Amino acid sequence: MKSQTCSYLDGNAAAGELSRIFALDITAAKGQCANCGAKRHFAEAHLYVQCPGLVARCAVCNHVLLRLVNAGQRMVLDMRGMTYLAVEISQSHESTVVV
Amino acid sequence: MWRVATVVGLHDETATARTITLTLPNWPGHVAGQHVDARLTAPDGYSAVRSYSIASASNSKNQIEITVERLPNGEVSPYLTQELAVGDQLELRGPIGRWFVWSTEQREPIQLIAGGSGIVPLMAMIRSRVATPTRGNPPFRLLYSVRAPEAIFYRDDLQAIPSEDSSVVVNYAYTRTAPKDWPRLPGRIDKDLILSATWASSVAATFYICGPTGFVESVADLLGTAGNRRENIRTERFGPTGERK
Repeated sequence: MKSQTCSYLDGNAAAGELSRIFALDITAAKGQCANCGAKRHFAEAHLYVQCPGLVARCAVCNHVLLRLVNAGQRMVLDMRGMTYLAVEISQSHESTVVV
Repeated sequence: MWRVATVVGLHDETATARTITLTLPNWPGHVAGQHVDARLTAPDGYSAVRSYSIASASNSKNQIEITVERLPNGEVSPYLTQELAVGDQLELRGPIGRWFVWSTEQREPIQLIAGGSGIVPLMAMIRSRVATPTRGNPPFRLLYSVRAPEAIFYRDDLQAIPSEDSSVVVNYAYTRTAPKDWPRLPGRIDKDLILSATWASSVAATFYICGPTGFVESVADLLGTAGNRRENIRTERFGPTGERK
């Protein structure tokens, strides 16, 4: 199902804000939608930024996967829309760039 | 988390887009396709954060390039493209993102499809590919949808790709004005162009699509119709919301 509007980005656009909380980039991780069961990389979710914070929705069923609100000195994260998130912990090695 | 970057170079790509070269002490290096967040803070403390893809190859030492397209009602891009001067400083966070990236370890054929300023992260991939011209590196194709010839970014670099090195093949799709004698009428990427200018689905290439949301949506649909697997398609949308690129 597609969203009604074109005002969304991809989940990977949330990587910067999420890096304030997580040590590893979770946008490259695969998560399962708690509503439809689709297993997708978080980067493939539809990200809405025209709201107070960030809202990521499942690219398949549009269910809310994650909400992140930045309230001054406190960040509030709601991830109940995902049943799990599988993070590749080897990714830190990939970021080592040969110079 | 935030690093202070110093502007060391400015280069106009088009009438509305400017490439900014920045030095960052202790930059950890990036993978082609990653972006940075830039934070601008006004004297009254108000700050705005925007994401910009890195345009330079992944092996640039303590130096990156970003290209910023000026949006008419933008809050940040007019400053970055018109007022920022060599020697000025910017706060940057990054490199960011592990999904929309091409690593030199990948061996499968690569198809890049850019809409307008969506060329920026794809150019980083091309530059990284060209910088490592060893045998066995995968062949690249770029399909670059652009309004008119004068709107092309990185013209010199794209033309400088050695013609004998057919491992990076560039195709243009002009949407409004095409050069004289161009074989295709101006128009958006369609089914025929996907069939003639992108890898066949049997090749199992990895696709990277970057552009405005509507462009990405339409191209991803066409690729699916052409038989490509969703798992092989990576997308990066941008829009006025995030003032991406």
